[in-house]
Amino acid sequence: MRALVGVKRVIDYAVKVRVKGDGSGVETAGVKMSMNPFCEIAVEEAVRLKEKGILKEIIAVSIGPAQAQETIRTALAMGADRGMHVKHDDILQPLAVAKLLKAVAEKEKPDMILLGKQAIDDDCNQTGQMLASLMGWPQATFASKVDVEGSNLTVVREIDGGLETIGMKLPAVITTDLRLNEPRYATLPNIMKAKKKKIDATDPAELGVDVSSKLQTVKVVEPPTRQAGGVVGSVQELMAKLKEKSLI
Amino acid sequence: ASTLVIAEHDNSALNAITRSAVTAASKLGGDVDLLVAGNNCDKVVEEAAKISGVKRVLKASAPHLERRLAEELEALILHAQNSNKYTHIMGASSACTKSVLPRVAAKLDVNQISEVIAIESEDTFVRPIYAGNALATVKSSDAVKVMTTRATSFDKAEMNGSASVEEISSAAVGASEWKSEELSKSDRPELTAANVIVAGGRGLKSSENFQMLYKFADKLGAAVGASRAAVDAGYMPNDAQIGQTGKVVAPDLYFAIGISGFTGAIQHLAGMKDSKTIVAINKDPDAPIFQVSDIGLVDDLFNVVPTMTEEIKK
Repeated sequence: MRALVGVKRVIDYAVKVRVKGDGSGVETAGVKMSMNPFCEIAVEEAVRLKEKGILKEIIAVSIGPAQAQETIRTALAMGADRGMHVKHDDILQPLAVAKLLKAVAEKEKPDMILLGKQAIDDDCNQTGQMLASLMGWPQATFASKVDVEGSNLTVVREIDGGLETIGMKLPAVITTDLRLNEPRYATLPNIMKAKKKKIDATDPAELGVDVSSKLQTVKVVEPPTRQAGGVVGSVQELMAKLKEKSLI
Repeated sequence: ASTLVIAEHDNSALNAITRSAVTAASKLGGDVDLLVAGNNCDKVVEEAAKISGVKRVLKASAPHLERRLAEELEALILHAQNSNKYTHIMGASSACTKSVLPRVAAKLDVNQISEVIAIESEDTFVRPIYAGNALATVKSSDAVKVMTTRATSFDKAEMNGSASVEEISSAAVGASEWKSEELSKSDRPELTAANVIVAGGRGLKSSENFQMLYKFADKLGAAVGASRAAVDAGYMPNDAQIGQTGKVVAPDLYFAIGISGFTGAIQHLAGMKDSKTIVAINKDPDAPIFQVSDIGLVDDLFNVVPTMTEEIKK
């Protein structure tokens, strides 16, 4: 079996983002970029499935500017076998991304597609579901445990208030949640090896996908900041204040 | 506008977040229909019909809809859309709506707008990006606007309406199969519905010490939550996590206890900064949490929490 894994290059999770003065977006120039943490979990899960002998090949796909190749290299260093770079310089909506991934999947014919449940930049949480719908495949979103037996997929999902287990036949789309696994760090020998792995390149035109969008960002602003309140001197003072506000 | 709202429920009771979605839908103007999809869910339908602002309740009751699997709901919603040509399809953001609405949007070849926190007009919406560190205003010229709304950003609609009920159905898809579920059982209020929340961080130092928070919370009828740091340390289960990757809450009163805000501050803040009153208790006077709290107390939580619990007894 083979898997397609989507990986997105985003502002590193530890960086405090700054909104641009002209309200057009957030500052990305000179900012540390990394693989989206949920995508790392998807790569890790695919590599584990390969280590168990379930997967034969893992193809890491990234859609983005030239630097998206670095993100693909990271996936290759973690254990993916080869890469596919869909070159595109502008920000894309999840619908366009899902259409591009579908076009790649139709060429590569994977048995499963693993994606992070959400990218930490636009926080959309849509691409996997859209892709499954466009492919006519079942989906297992927010996975915290994945089991593959033959063509049967069993997934434990994180739902509101607990966990749910669902089953389906492959091919399917899986989106990963935080608890699924702890991604490995790429070791130096593996980083060196990854440099020799192949990355193919394509673009939306070659894939025959129209990526224009009817959703426009009008402006991006800083959220209102909370004003710091005072500090009280004792528990008794705290309780008195809360009573005064009729909060307790 | 004419809007379809997807109701959130467990076949026996309506989840109150549905009422916040109805409030959001009402801001669009025009008629609001509410889809209750489930199995043996008559009680939910009864409740749903009382939500003010709902014109019609579409009831779809069938065994294949009992677990509200994404593929089944997708087919049903597309069927309702085909018959009624809504301009907007939406639901309060939940594991269920997040799973199904992007599927619906893709089939309609339109974008989905996630976690809307304000509705400026029929086509312009505000949503948080970067874990709430920026707010984006987006304008959609798609034929149908598909979106999820953040429950804590809209008040719950009143319950003095009287909607008509209409039955709809769709054939089973059978793409995936529900096997089991494991819900955390508790007599305490759910985090997203609680008026008061007591949240603990890594400062609690152990899972046993959270019992102290539970005692305090029970005095207040409060829910207990945790920062991601506390969850990652194994002190609390994942579903207690408050933050961008956990639950987003906005209670009247929020206690941040032993949550310094030094690590993962952005993540935690995104989940609780809309609380009306934030009380922070931390022994470090420089803890960043004091920059967002309304009332701060610099003291050792292991002294403060038992004293507060005692004080409430009086």
